[in-house]
Amino acid sequence: MKIIVAIKQVPVRDSQLRIDASGRWIQEEDLSFEINEPDAYALEEALQLKEKHGGEVVALCLGPARATQTIREALAKGADRAIHIEEENTGALDTFGVASLLSSAIQGEKPDLILTGLQSDDLGYGQTGVVMAEILGLPHSTIIMQVEKENESIRVKRELENGWFQHIDIPLPAVLAIQSGISKLRYATLMGIKKAKLKEMKKVTVGELGAPPPATVLIERAYAPQKSKRTQILEGDAKAVAAKLVEKLKFEVRVI
Amino acid sequence: MSGILVVMEQQGGQWHRMSWEALAAGIELGKQSGQPVLAAVPGSEIAALANEAATKAVAKVHAVEHPLLKDYTPDGFTAALEQLIRQHAPTVVLFPHTYQVRDYAPKLATRFGQSLLSDVIHIRADGGTPVFVRQLFQGKLNADFRPSGNGPFFASVQAGAFRADSLEAGSAQVETFTPQLDAAQIRTKPQAPFREAARAVDLTAAEIIVSVGRGIKDKENIHIVEALAKALNGELAASRPICDNGWLPMERQVGSSGQTVSPKVYMAIGISGAIQHLVGMKGSKIIVAINKDANAPIFEVADYGIVGDLFEIVPALVEEVKKAKG
Repeated sequence: MKIIVAIKQVPVRDSQLRIDASGRWIQEEDLSFEINEPDAYALEEALQLKEKHGGEVVALCLGPARATQTIREALAKGADRAIHIEEENTGALDTFGVASLLSSAIQGEKPDLILTGLQSDDLGYGQTGVVMAEILGLPHSTIIMQVEKENESIRVKRELENGWFQHIDIPLPAVLAIQSGISKLRYATLMGIKKAKLKEMKKVTVGELGAPPPATVLIERAYAPQKSKRTQILEGDAKAVAAKLVEKLKFEVRVI
Repeated sequence: MSGILVVMEQQGGQWHRMSWEALAAGIELGKQSGQPVLAAVPGSEIAALANEAATKAVAKVHAVEHPLLKDYTPDGFTAALEQLIRQHAPTVVLFPHTYQVRDYAPKLATRFGQSLLSDVIHIRADGGTPVFVRQLFQGKLNADFRPSGNGPFFASVQAGAFRADSLEAGSAQVETFTPQLDAAQIRTKPQAPFREAARAVDLTAAEIIVSVGRGIKDKENIHIVEALAKALNGELAASRPICDNGWLPMERQVGSSGQTVSPKVYMAIGISGAIQHLVGMKGSKIIVAINKDANAPIFEVADYGIVGDLFEIVPALVEEVKKAKG
């Protein structure tokens, strides 16, 4: 089974974010970056499928030069090789543009499966995989909890709302957006980290792939959200704030 | 090109409640931009639902009817709605941001060379073009998006972002639209939906919910928060990562993939407040947030906030609650 996993690098989860001078994005200079957590689950699923059925896992990433670090980590965890579309100005792309570039970069690869995480922790569109499927003319499914291979097709378990699930049979090749939390993520081993240095990381540029379709939806302005409520912040040491909160719950909310 | 098309969702003759919120968003944008609002209900044997939608302030309801739309498939729904949109050429197409919409609306938008603006929390008409507001970084920031070009523009609206309870009444005409669909076009074969196990815990009935998130760090620490739930005589709940890790059973999960609750008091402990969690609890009467990060989005919706270390504050709270209860 040849599996391509699309991964993205995003600021680490607890980053303090500040708007940059353009007013359209955040200041990135002093931030640390890591693999988008939902994509880590897609990578894990790909590695487990390879362990079960054999084949190859190829990591695919669109991002600036700093994304190399995240791609190396994917190789250290067990991906066999990687394709990095190196582009500094990803903010000029919309989802259709991103998915178009990812799709062009794997022309000729002929994978059996393309996996993505459910959404990115930065932009949060949750649709790159679905759009890639449409561009590549492949069937897809999203919010996938489980993948079982059956000859030329797969049976997936898809999460529905309110605790419901559904099995879906899909012919291969196909694109799947993997639900987060479906398995335990592995760590890279020391051996894996060593091996990663020798693995192929192909770099391509947007110029080489050809310009993507013009963006129609871009960020005009980013800003801190307005509070929907007036929050009373209780201050003091642990004992003092606990006493204050209990007083509120007893005399104002009346639940104690 | 004109009109705002709202695609409403149903399953087996039952509305998805968010369909009405999407319709509310469409009617609001229609008023602001002076455009007619059209509703579409895709499915099979949906005449009764289409008639119900026609009792709202919309110009027309399209019953997108076909036996192949009985069970949802991305191929079937995309093909059917593509035909409807090409025929009526609306400027904006709105959806509720449901799991189903997430599965096919991006595909549909791609057919028109567009990107779906997903999980939109606010829409305003501004100088002839709609401006859509979405959240970035799991709700830490908001962003305005102004689409360029001729559209149609596609957007899905977040659960709870628009009010469905004050929809204006009207009497619209229902038109049946029969798309050209062929079974061979539909590549995925869905099986019947199922539930893993009966839900033993009904969080929706609880008056007080004490909910725990990533901040608890380890399964061994859950008892700290459980003690508070017990002291307050409330139910223990959790955000998704806690249940994914198996630290608490799935049936205690609050959020878009778990239960939607609105208790008298919701205490969010060590929960940052990702969108998926907020949609499941922001209807609570009083929200208390305890988090070490003063910028966590949970404080956007909290009535009372404590910025600090939950491992110190929660045990102190347990003591104070016990004292208060005598």
